[in-house]
Amino acid sequence: MSELKTAEQHNAPFVGKSDLHEHTVDFNNYLRRCVFVLIAVLCAVSLMLVASYLPSERFDWPAKVAMILAIACTNAFVVAGFLMHLISEKKMIYTLLAFTAFFFVGLIGLTVWAMQDFPAGTVTH
Amino acid sequence: MEIPYAVHPRPDTGIYNAKVGIWLFLASEVMLFGALFSAYVLIRVGTPPGEWPHGWQNVTLGTLNTLVLAVSAITTLMAWVACKVRQFGKFKFFHACTLLLALAFLCIKGFEYYDHLTHYEIHLTAGSNAGGSIADGHFAGAIYVNPLTKEQVETKSFCGMSFATVAGGVTNNYELASVTIDGRYVNNEQQLIDLRSQKEVQETELKIPRSQIKDMQSYGPWHNDYLALYFTMTALHALHILGGSIVIGYLWGPGRKLWKVDPEHFTNRVEVSGLFWHFVDLVWIFLFPVLYLM
Repeated sequence: MSELKTAEQHNAPFVGKSDLHEHTVDFNNYLRRCVFVLIAVLCAVSLMLVASYLPSERFDWPAKVAMILAIACTNAFVVAGFLMHLISEKKMIYTLLAFTAFFFVGLIGLTVWAMQDFPAGTVTH
Repeated sequence: MEIPYAVHPRPDTGIYNAKVGIWLFLASEVMLFGALFSAYVLIRVGTPPGEWPHGWQNVTLGTLNTLVLAVSAITTLMAWVACKVRQFGKFKFFHACTLLLALAFLCIKGFEYYDHLTHYEIHLTAGSNAGGSIADGHFAGAIYVNPLTKEQVETKSFCGMSFATVAGGVTNNYELASVTIDGRYVNNEQQLIDLRSQKEVQETELKIPRSQIKDMQSYGPWHNDYLALYFTMTALHALHILGGSIVIGYLWGPGRKLWKVDPEHFTNRVEVSGLFWHFVDLVWIFLFPVLYLM
């Protein structure tokens, strides 16, 4: 069996500081970004907990569910945007995600649609 | 054999191949979890009002696990950043933190599972107990007796499914004589559905003779639709945590050899494993409110 090696052999071996790649990544800048994300996640989790314990007399169940899901989506956006670098990704990734979103919405949409399609005589709640 | 574009971006896509690969894989994962979430929506909406369990999960532990995963996502990112700025010591530190946090997550999840599996709902025979028709609580012990020798054996250990089976019959020549749980009596199952609205639940040690037990069942995935969904979704998620930990553990351990040969290639591997880890965190961001709060 032939030996596995990468196509970019000119890049190896690494000794000391690399001069082959530009390192535009700033460690401290990322650390600050991570602290920001952690604070955002902490806030989101706290808000979700508060929303779930809101008095049922004043907030009906659908409103609470909508609030919790909106906060969860915001939380997910922060994590995906900053930790997965989705706010500054290549077009290829966005295209791929657009297809994923299309099929995901279709999956959930078909489920919701199916819930309205009862056989004749079905007792609904 | 050469692996093309493992380090440098492919001209037409603008990114290296492994990154395209992991995003395609994550797209398939979205559909996998999406199917489970759609099953949840279907069952949740189809359940009559007042019959969906509330307060069955330990919100404190769920919140703790959310924070554990959030911090682990950050340590994963910082491990990649450390590779980018060529600080291998920091990479090892951050990835070790990620592994420890993953272990903490799994331990907390394991504790939650154990708590459910040792929690029993015992239906009592009609009129056998003035306290109520259902005893609900955590397993504390059981006494078995040998009908021939009258020898009694007391066990404090949890016996899982076999325990529920034993409750209905004989095993190893011993018959169940009584079950002890730390719990309470209730009159109907409705009182067990919404635990969140009940301010304080007084639990005492209840010793229930075999003659009073009609049937008993632990709060496993077989108990009801909610727990079936809970165990399926969280177990699948936990498997992803385990899989991600193995990959991260490999990069932290034997896989680190690549760093000395081709650090940029190694950094790309760390980035790809990090993307998977962030996805696992994203799934939990939705699992937590859906299963613990709603």
